[in-house]
Amino acid sequence: MHALDDVSIDVRVGELVCVLGPSGCGKTTLLWAMSGLHALTGGRVLLDGTPVNGPRPKEIGMIFQEANLLPWRNLRQNLEFPFEIKKRRPDRERIAKLLEQTGLAGFEKSFPRELSGGMQQRASIVRALAQDPSVLLMDEPFGALDAFTRDEMNLLLLRLWAETRKTIVFVTHNISEAIFLADRVVVMTPRPGRVARVYDIELPRPRTVEMTFEQSFIELVQEIKFAVEAGGRHALEVE
Amino acid sequence: MSDVPQELRDEIPSFEKPHSREEHGPIDWSALTAIQGARSLVEIVSLVGLFAAIFFLVQGIVVWTHTPTYVFPKPIDVVKTFVQDFTSTEIHSLKVTTIEFLAGLAIGSTVGLVLAALLTLKPFVEKIIAPYVLIMVTTPMLALVPFLRLKMGFGLWPLIIAVALASGPMVMINSATGFRRTDLAKIALARSYGASTFQIFAKIRFPLALPMIIVGYMVGSIFGLLTAVGGEMVAASEQGGLGRDLVYYSSLARMPEFGATILIIAILGVLIYVIFYFIGKRWASWEA
Repeated sequence: MHALDDVSIDVRVGELVCVLGPSGCGKTTLLWAMSGLHALTGGRVLLDGTPVNGPRPKEIGMIFQEANLLPWRNLRQNLEFPFEIKKRRPDRERIAKLLEQTGLAGFEKSFPRELSGGMQQRASIVRALAQDPSVLLMDEPFGALDAFTRDEMNLLLLRLWAETRKTIVFVTHNISEAIFLADRVVVMTPRPGRVARVYDIELPRPRTVEMTFEQSFIELVQEIKFAVEAGGRHALEVE
Repeated sequence: MSDVPQELRDEIPSFEKPHSREEHGPIDWSALTAIQGARSLVEIVSLVGLFAAIFFLVQGIVVWTHTPTYVFPKPIDVVKTFVQDFTSTEIHSLKVTTIEFLAGLAIGSTVGLVLAALLTLKPFVEKIIAPYVLIMVTTPMLALVPFLRLKMGFGLWPLIIAVALASGPMVMINSATGFRRTDLAKIALARSYGASTFQIFAKIRFPLALPMIIVGYMVGSIFGLLTAVGGEMVAASEQGGLGRDLVYYSSLARMPEFGATILIIAILGVLIYVIFYFIGKRWASWEA
């Protein structure tokens, strides 16, 4: 059986789309296929009309679960790693500006193990943004963080997104995180992974943590939760 | 699938914490690099004090019991001989043994390292040759020295080859353990920036393996030194060496010279340890 079945998603330029689903719904497989790091057995991924058959370092930046920093390099060397791979001179100015924006300035000489989980994940966002990709693919980046740090990271991500206007596809299994961040939430159901429904999120921007306590927000969380569960049952009946 | 190089696989990594115990091969020498050095003044004073205490205790016992020098030399005589003879006779033997050791280590470790890097790409081949590597690790290579002498004459080469055969498999077995720790997430990271196979090796797999490679070099060096000295004891070259000195002095019951030679070998061994300890600290401390 395939992890994914009949999935069609269209992401517009500059949009922040969250792919939401329980574990096993193939959302990570979908994201890795979009990045060109994982081949699909069928179907295709198009970026600006051209098929993605392998990694596209110029256009696509990938942010992983956990921060995935290299433990033998300090922060500065970690941020310069992609430049080394591409054999380009590191853009020190851009890195310095991003470090300032993410509150990491002054930690350039620190090694990953000396940084907190939140700082590590911020560093990995800086590493991706320093390459100035047009698309950011984020694979449950804040899943390992505690709730408070996660809120902080979500706000930071929205601020960076507002400034840079990257196209972002963000995979998560956290419903309120998805609603809080996204223009649209793509809800997937498992076994095999399918798109159950796409929700347009009408929350005004800039968004604040207070919005997540409003009645309409909570109702939407509930509605999506039911949709995921109903979708799952439906898929089981088809089998 | 086993024939596909690891970096070309597009598996999605699990992002679970690695179980460090399972990563080690059958021989785990990593404890060797974990010995703590002295830090505070108290520790240093205590270390020196203990050494002095043992030194003078042995000296006292030997003097007090009137032990003849040919049975056990006075520690002070050993140190005196060490200092007096160093420039005249000892330094020549030290040079010979060091050359054999360094040349053998260079050859053996290079071959071992390259083989480990290549073989871990092919798990099938690695499994097939594993027993032979283990045999090479456990066979005392100095037993080969008389045989090599017959084939290759009385120069340094038989000993260099014995050292290479003793240190190479040690470097290889540890390096292979290091290269086997592939972190798919980090390889995927490099691939996402368009890394070539060589870049993935140089910037991900090699640094990841480096702590184990350093351990391999440390253990391999110590085995190499033992083989150089032991080989000289069995069948030295015309140029001699510390091992031949040991045989020579003990056969003449010249115990102070014998002790001084052992002292040189011990210092050499400690030096090897200290050098690799600091190399490990500099390039592999991220793992601690």
